[in-house]
Amino acid sequence: MQDSVKPNGITPSQTVGPFFKYGLTPNGEYAWNDAFTNSTLTSDVSGERIRIEGRVFDGDGVAVPDCMLEIWQADAQGRFADPQDKRALPNASFRGFARCGTDKDGNYAFESIKPGVVPDPDGKPQAPHILLAVFGRGMLRHLYTRLYFNDEVGNAADPVLALVPADRRATLTAVREAGKAVYRLDLRLQGDNETVFFEV
Amino acid sequence: MTFIYPTDSNKAHPLPLSPDYKSSIKRAPNKPLIPMRHTLSELTGPVYGHETVREGDSDLTTQHTGEPIGERIIVHGHVRDEDGRGVPNSLVEIWQANSCGRYVHVRDQHPAPLDPNFTGAGRTVSDASGYYRFVTIKPGAYPWGNHHNAWRPAHIHLSVFGHSFITRLVTQMYFPNDPLFPFDPIFNSVPDEKARARMVSSFDLENTQPEWALCYRFDIVLRGKNATPMENH
Repeated sequence: MQDSVKPNGITPSQTVGPFFKYGLTPNGEYAWNDAFTNSTLTSDVSGERIRIEGRVFDGDGVAVPDCMLEIWQADAQGRFADPQDKRALPNASFRGFARCGTDKDGNYAFESIKPGVVPDPDGKPQAPHILLAVFGRGMLRHLYTRLYFNDEVGNAADPVLALVPADRRATLTAVREAGKAVYRLDLRLQGDNETVFFEV
Repeated sequence: MTFIYPTDSNKAHPLPLSPDYKSSIKRAPNKPLIPMRHTLSELTGPVYGHETVREGDSDLTTQHTGEPIGERIIVHGHVRDEDGRGVPNSLVEIWQANSCGRYVHVRDQHPAPLDPNFTGAGRTVSDASGYYRFVTIKPGAYPWGNHHNAWRPAHIHLSVFGHSFITRLVTQMYFPNDPLFPFDPIFNSVPDEKARARMVSSFDLENTQPEWALCYRFDIVLRGKNATPMENH
């Protein structure tokens, strides 16, 4: 029976190509509805509402118009909307996942909440962070990175940031705009100030 | 250090820089990826049920008033992890060119006809055993500007969610015996021949529907959790 077959290995990744928008991020421009938007917000969500904005650039510093970003994050209490997180969920309808395509100038934006603290495998606190997966034409496998917040004192003791050379940590740190709940983080796929990407 | 999903599995993937695929040259990181332990953030992931999937979203041939042109096919298989366990409730999204090799995307300039009855997007959720099924039209090959006389082998793009954020997969399903395989830098970006073969569907005569549709089986294999977490130092 097919169900009991043990496969020989995983299915390799391939690029999303340049023409994914009508299927994955149609945003009202195609005859297809979005499975996801760029917002994790639900009416009952608690925590500080934030907007995350930035641009994506290639190795020549040219904006990447055919990128797709996905985020995954904990709620304001640091809990994930996943049964594998065994702790009770205070925000039952918070999903923690959103998807966004870049526009012609490489801009992306997410509406979300500031995540709480999530423990590492040793139980030590991780600074608030959001996981980012970056897909695009020319990217044969999507890239993993994390977004941290420049106004979090916990960054200094974060066990994952500690793996990153000090002079590269700024590539992971979104900067809060004065007087607004808006954080900015540009992603550079290559070259000077290349974003730190993780092997997971 | 404990890796719950073995990182060895990642060896099946293409290298970020595959120079024959020209778009990778300026978009692959120059610096090595930084290995890290998996935390709760990486080990959890979005689980989606039917609230994102409408009735009929898995049949790309009935989304418009008329029938699309081309060869109707069934594409089905299981989403499994590499230990053979079915992955239930996994959202599978597909997108593809029409039978003439043209995408509806506004930036596709290939002068092949658009089909008013075919968008080329679909989605479904795997059942309790990880089984999924689509009805669609076999996509055509199409030219692209990567190199002289470059044509992509016919393929369907697939996006799959597994049990965690790090089992997320975007891949392309190819069709058996395509003569374009040796010339395609995206297909050949996967260095291991056996891993490459896992992107090729198999013709499934048994599930062909007489006088209606041919059938291809494509099993999607995601990373598996080690039963016993590995200690490597």
